[in-house]
Amino acid sequence: MQKTRLQKWIRLMLLLCSGALVVVLFVPMWRIDLAAPQYPEGLMLMIYPNHIGGNVDIINGLNHYIGMKTLHSDDFMEFTVLPYIIAAFAALFLLVAAVGRKKLLNILFVLFVSFGILAMYDFWRWEYNYGHNLNPDAAIIVPGMAYQPPLIGYKQLLNFGAYSMPDIGGWIFVSVGVILFLCVIAAWRHSKKNK
Amino acid sequence: MKKIPVHLIVIAVAILLALPSCKPKNAGNAVSSDAAEKTYVAPGKYDQFYNFVSGGFSGQMSVYGLPSGRLLRVVPIFSVNPESGYGYSEETKPMLNTSHGFVPWDDQHHTELSQTNGEIDGRWIFANANNTPRVARVDLSTFRTTEIIELPNSAGNHSSPFITENTEYVVAGTRFSVPPDDKNGDVPINTYKQNFKGTISFISVGKEDGKMDIAFQIQCPGVNFDLSHAGKGKSHGWFFFSCYNTEQANTLLEVNASQKDKDFIMAVNWKKAEEYLKAGKGRKQAVKYAHNVYDEKTHSATSEIRTEVTVLDSKELKDICYFMPCPKSPHGCDVDPTGEYIVGSGKLAALIPVFSFDKMIKAIAAKDFIGDYDGIPVIKYESALYGEVQKPGLGPLHTEFDGKGNAYTTFFVSSEVVKWNIKDLKVLDRVPTYYSVGHLCIPGGDSKKPDAKYLIAYNKITKDRYLPTGPELAQSAQLYDISGDKMQLILDFPTIGEPHYAQAVSADLIKGKSVKFYKIGENTNPFVSKGEGETKVVRTGNRVDVYMTCIRSHFSPDNIEGIKMGDDVYFHVTNLEQDWDVPHGFAIKGANTAELLIMPGETQTLKWPAEKVGMFPFYCTDFCSALHQEMQGYIRVSPAGSNVPLLFSTGKNLPAVDTATKK
Repeated sequence: MQKTRLQKWIRLMLLLCSGALVVVLFVPMWRIDLAAPQYPEGLMLMIYPNHIGGNVDIINGLNHYIGMKTLHSDDFMEFTVLPYIIAAFAALFLLVAAVGRKKLLNILFVLFVSFGILAMYDFWRWEYNYGHNLNPDAAIIVPGMAYQPPLIGYKQLLNFGAYSMPDIGGWIFVSVGVILFLCVIAAWRHSKKNK
Repeated sequence: MKKIPVHLIVIAVAILLALPSCKPKNAGNAVSSDAAEKTYVAPGKYDQFYNFVSGGFSGQMSVYGLPSGRLLRVVPIFSVNPESGYGYSEETKPMLNTSHGFVPWDDQHHTELSQTNGEIDGRWIFANANNTPRVARVDLSTFRTTEIIELPNSAGNHSSPFITENTEYVVAGTRFSVPPDDKNGDVPINTYKQNFKGTISFISVGKEDGKMDIAFQIQCPGVNFDLSHAGKGKSHGWFFFSCYNTEQANTLLEVNASQKDKDFIMAVNWKKAEEYLKAGKGRKQAVKYAHNVYDEKTHSATSEIRTEVTVLDSKELKDICYFMPCPKSPHGCDVDPTGEYIVGSGKLAALIPVFSFDKMIKAIAAKDFIGDYDGIPVIKYESALYGEVQKPGLGPLHTEFDGKGNAYTTFFVSSEVVKWNIKDLKVLDRVPTYYSVGHLCIPGGDSKKPDAKYLIAYNKITKDRYLPTGPELAQSAQLYDISGDKMQLILDFPTIGEPHYAQAVSADLIKGKSVKFYKIGENTNPFVSKGEGETKVVRTGNRVDVYMTCIRSHFSPDNIEGIKMGDDVYFHVTNLEQDWDVPHGFAIKGANTAELLIMPGETQTLKWPAEKVGMFPFYCTDFCSALHQEMQGYIRVSPAGSNVPLLFSTGKNLPAVDTATKK
């Protein structure tokens, strides 16, 4: 019995994570900062669980020069699904905290990490498509040039420097993952000790 | 032969060489060695002060940054401005409407920032028109003229637009006395004494919206009202106007208005005037004057001709106006930050009289009068006088204050600024100006709270100060550091138009509330197109309305056909951009008016009569983007009666190319 039950503090941590995931629903998850000589004040694109925020209109206005498709929250199926997935994870964390089973914890960890990897792949895919599927009639065509923003980190795109980083929601998400990982390890060591 | 003593020759040569140094010092010597450091504002850094400088005969106001002296903007107020379309676009034309019709120019002399509790609040700046008497209000969040009111019974609105300490009123006065507007003006000029009247106006200012309205006018004797300033603190409730030509001359004023030893400063008890107004002592007079308001949401001005004004008679209502004798044709009339001292500057006087508000009130209570002038009591000079600054210079004009007990007066004839102590009336310092200074300005220098780091002198003559530019030269401003005991010249820079009075204020009060663009969603111009989908061309008889948009880097529509000779085409151009600093221009070949410069979110209209058959290109004049040179279009004008259909398009051909070529 002892070895399959989770310690109290782990269950508390899971409860905390569940709450943190609820917060993620309302804050930006990712941001791309853009800087150019004409934009000393900078432009930014913020990705929330259910929409794109920041200087979307201005960025769309600029993107027409290179023939990039304009960004519209409605074009992304993800924005309808994502809030539910996050809410589901919050519920799952709560469930595991309540039931307190080690096995469930491990399943949750696998699901959470898989989701993280899938989400990042999806993000990369969108960036790739936007950066490469350009209108052939665009005013500015630089041979061989694609405008795929970096998944994470910095990249120069013509006169713009693009800097892509997790925002509050993203950092919370990463922290939840790390905490979950620590919980899994702790639970595993605990059960090993009590064999 | 005697030997010439060599040492004597050496001495003689030395004396000859030293002689040029006895010549009077020039400006080069007057500039302090750390001037560059004090005025250098590094590229990309902001100036510490805004300086709002009247444009004189340019009719506009210029905005400089201090201490760099960099020109930031020229704000069109009373003169048309073809570079932006101000006064040419259908939306802005009404701003320059008057009872005389459309007046495209004026002479802008003084600026005054709005105040609350006697301190600059940075909301609006007022400006006067000296020729066709008007007062304008400029909004300091947009730096645009938002209201202009004309003044009846007036000519030459010079003693304006000075304000009371809570901006309750902005005043105006007649420099030229004239027969009142409801009297027959067709009288012999030499009947000045019987028929000509001086009128001063109190324009109320809306507490929240700043809207101006002529609350009342006071009819005064026919003299020339020159300058004015409100009382403050203890003297709040009073207004002081300098006046000259108390000789009431109507010709050769240069001689005939300089006869008397003393003219007047008129003290006006405007609180008393308010009481009389409430008691119904005013006379409703039939007049005509324009009131023009610009609406930021419709991006359009409306002009209304008003027909009535209430006039209080200074002769009948005894205790509103009092005259204080002031030596020799006073010009400047300035009140110190405490409100106690009133400084008159007799243009031809060899001293500066300083009046005491307390003494004036006592003299009025004691009826210490030497008689009356056209029904207005004249206070005994000595009874209102605090003292005189002796031998300050030649031709005193204007005075500003530093809030530390010192006054700074400009001298036109001796071309200098003189610093003196108000309490003991002693001259403390003097510096030359280059040349013939008129007004001066200290940030907040006419308010209760001067911010006395700098003093700016505005000069009439520049001669050898800058590279020559033919017979017509710029006028200039000179910047002095007055933070120490001695005034230090640190910069001079040429100005637009002719600068008269100016105001300066800490940039912190204004820069934060600058509007970046107009929200397209709030645009209620009747001809707005809020997207390219809303653009169209509509014919109503001979009138063709083109609802057009612009966004980097195209107009929509950019091909228009079916216009016929004799049509009046109205281009209603909406700038769809929603970002800072992305204006678009609209210019069309043959326009005998101007271009339009349209700010993001704004709609402006250019009327263009089609007077010739042919092809007329239009294009964007403001280098908006990398593809600015591609931002262009064509409008085709066909003969009257032709059957070319009305067509408009962007990005495709209407009619299609093959059908067009078949025709």
